[in-house]
Amino acid sequence: MEKITCNFVVNGQAEEISIPPNRTLLHMLREDLMFHGVREGCSHGECGSCNVILDGKLVNACLILAVEADGMEILTVEGMVDGDNLHPIQQAFVDESGMQCGACTTGMILSTKNLLDANPDPSREEIKDALAGNFCRCTGYAKIFESVEAAAESMKGTQS
Amino acid sequence: MSDQPAKIGDNWPNLIGKRLPRVDAVEKVNGDAKYAGDFNLTGQLWMKILRSPYPHAKIISIDASKALEMPGVKAVVTAEDFNGWSWGWGPTTRDETPLADEKVRYFAEAVAAVAAEDEETAEEACALINVVYEELPGIFDAEEAMRDGAPQVHDYVDNNISWDFHMDYGDVEEGFAEADFVREDRFETGRTLTGFLEPPAAVAQIDSSGITIYAAKQSPYFIYRQLASCFKLPLSKVRVIQPYVGGGFGGTKNDSTAGDFCAVMLAKKTKRPVKFVYNMEEVLTTCRRRHNMIVDCKMGMKKDGSITAVQTKVIADGGAFTAIGPLTMYLTGIMTTLPYKLDHYKHDAYRVFTNHPVSAAMRGHGVTHTRFAAEIQMEKMADELGIDPVEVRMKNAIEAPHETINGITVDTCGLKEGLEIVSSSSAWKDKDQNKKDGPVVRGIGISGTSHLGGARQRGHQSCAAIVRLCEDGTVNYLTGASDAGQGSDTVLVQLVAEELGLTMEDVTIQRVDTAVTPVDNGSYGSRVTILAGQAAQKAAQEVKRQLAEAAANIWEVDAGKILFNDRTVFVDGDPDKSMSFKKLTQIACYSETGAVIMGKGFSEYGLEKMDFEKGYGNPGVNYSFTSQLSAVDVDIETGMVKVKDFLIAHDCGRPLHPVNVEAQTQGAASQGLGQALYEDFKMREGRTMNSTMVNYMMPLSTEHPDFELHDIITDDPHGPFGAKEASEGSIISTPPSIVSAIHDATGIWFTKLPVTPEKIVLALKEKKENS
Repeated sequence: MEKITCNFVVNGQAEEISIPPNRTLLHMLREDLMFHGVREGCSHGECGSCNVILDGKLVNACLILAVEADGMEILTVEGMVDGDNLHPIQQAFVDESGMQCGACTTGMILSTKNLLDANPDPSREEIKDALAGNFCRCTGYAKIFESVEAAAESMKGTQS
Repeated sequence: MSDQPAKIGDNWPNLIGKRLPRVDAVEKVNGDAKYAGDFNLTGQLWMKILRSPYPHAKIISIDASKALEMPGVKAVVTAEDFNGWSWGWGPTTRDETPLADEKVRYFAEAVAAVAAEDEETAEEACALINVVYEELPGIFDAEEAMRDGAPQVHDYVDNNISWDFHMDYGDVEEGFAEADFVREDRFETGRTLTGFLEPPAAVAQIDSSGITIYAAKQSPYFIYRQLASCFKLPLSKVRVIQPYVGGGFGGTKNDSTAGDFCAVMLAKKTKRPVKFVYNMEEVLTTCRRRHNMIVDCKMGMKKDGSITAVQTKVIADGGAFTAIGPLTMYLTGIMTTLPYKLDHYKHDAYRVFTNHPVSAAMRGHGVTHTRFAAEIQMEKMADELGIDPVEVRMKNAIEAPHETINGITVDTCGLKEGLEIVSSSSAWKDKDQNKKDGPVVRGIGISGTSHLGGARQRGHQSCAAIVRLCEDGTVNYLTGASDAGQGSDTVLVQLVAEELGLTMEDVTIQRVDTAVTPVDNGSYGSRVTILAGQAAQKAAQEVKRQLAEAAANIWEVDAGKILFNDRTVFVDGDPDKSMSFKKLTQIACYSETGAVIMGKGFSEYGLEKMDFEKGYGNPGVNYSFTSQLSAVDVDIETGMVKVKDFLIAHDCGRPLHPVNVEAQTQGAASQGLGQALYEDFKMREGRTMNSTMVNYMMPLSTEHPDFELHDIITDDPHGPFGAKEASEGSIISTPPSIVSAIHDATGIWFTKLPVTPEKIVLALKEKKENS
């Protein structure tokens, strides 16, 4: 299959890469650029474990072809870390133990960022709605909701 | 550090019972955590599996020549390559081959596998393999499969009986004769997905040094033994490296998959590493699932609510192979004698082969089915006798110490205390005032259940640990136990650090690498904290003993007077004699010829004899007790059920890591919620119709209620620091409490899980027509 040259900015870093047109954004990020924090779960846009932020919008990377994202900015969970410092959302998930196996966690964190960027002080119901596209089998969600609330609290008055 | 040296008891225990962060938390939030599918080896090929398009068919021929001609394809394997080798739970039930041999027994069973330069090529090549089948009549109903003349899935048993298990204690006929009221009901539990989000994956290589495989396993020592057997290698040449594991919940990741064997075989053929990752459709159609069971339950009760006898008969759809099914059957019976007093019990369980995917263990293994049946039947009978749901449970609840009629010994039991917590809640006390007038009706239900911890099987039971002291006073802890997400790594590190008076940061865990870590039975049946935990404690104590000897020499005191706390070592009652843990380590390691300090430890709990065939004796080390209240809103027009509150009072002995205990209780209740209301594979002629996460419904964020949790501290004598199990209790207590709540709302007892809106609407319609 003929490859197409695309340009992306991934976590602030410019990338030029030749990819076949049928490659998903998920597989490009995982297999070509080695961002393993982007996880593959259901491959049907249902579980949210492959969530990334594409030009400011939360997307399921399994449902988008990499070539569709040509010229766009991509944020993965790896890009949320500032040097050795975790992003306040990541720190909140650590502090509140908002994970068990971790397979959904990175997607959950990007979904949380997407929520808090738009609504810095969400209610419990708004959190539930915002995370409805992120499947977690381990936690029963309670500690995830608490992590999101702790993140919102710690980010009050700051910019994400 | 303060001027005054710490004394024992000042802040001891330091770590046990504290709300500490998980040891894996940072790696899981920053993307560093690597799972099996994240590993790549230089020169690796990708593997795809060709799967059967029929649920039951003879394989007449397989022609892979076209696939092998395709550019990029390196090798194909079929059953022939495995030369008849098979695996399974016990010597008489090794009935599963890595690839279908002679015939396929379920839809999507693995038939061949291809290794190619990339995944797409491997997948395309699968389509070029020409398999000629001769379709056979299939059998898809467990009861029909038992009848004479039914299609036979295997030739080595009659009437498709994969396994049967029987218990007979006391005299049930005498018990029923003593009763004022006897009921017989049929219950059914759904066929459910374990639901891990990380699919099976591995990258394998094999050469003259042996096999190395990075594999997504919850119990990596199972595949370690199976690979050695399959490839005729000594165990010392099988290296299973277990990365982070994205959920397990029993079944698939406690076993090998076709993919594991095929990847190694293809690596052998191609002399290159081979990688595969199952897609979620393969998970939903081929991975081990919870048995669908029919439970016929007969119970005798006196007018005062006391149970006189229980008789159960289980028919379980085992699917195409035995897997761990015999253990499932054992557990359906053995745990029915808890948590209520019972003098007469008879049980007959039949696991039946069908042309369905294989059934095996899932969290709450075997117990969820029969406990659901007996719990609902007890309340149903109490309801008919006009006895309150709390009263009937309090009347029958055991108290510790207790020995069941089948020899299970319970030393601690917080069931009555849990029921008191649940029934003194305002949700329970005010339930009649809080009833809403339609169309949405509030219902409140309760349950009281028990589960084993430190599960046993026949054979290997012990856990081991090695604690290595580094010269700078930090510690490497080697365990054979695996954390599939439940948080056991954190608890085990906590136990080692606690024993040595260190912090969590001082102890680094070495996850399973079978070339390095001690052999372990596996992570199932809530056994890790209890058994691997005891091993960790003992290994750390051995290191402490060696260090105490060194300290005793320095200070010329008895070694028994040396204490460890807050990274400090000191002499009990003599505050002048103290030094840092690090300094003592350096003295001990460097003095004279020097020393290498290591400790090893083995678990010793739960080693007494048991009778697996008769269901007598302890199936575990100790027993948790869970009492639960569920509040639901039922829309009587649409049948939609929304769970509003879960109140769970759990006796796990003592929570060593309270955050993990809460998280386990919440997570297990979440899976119980799925089982109660949503989850069931829809089967049609052997095909799984809901084969993606889009149409197999599991609870999402919006389906989850708020949790109120209570710990009941009972300090069991058979667990580290008094601990019992904390990960399975609420998957057993949740379904009956929800079904009880739906009854409270609708007046209807539902006996078949899951209780879907459709079932509710139809039952309400029928009720209306009959009234």
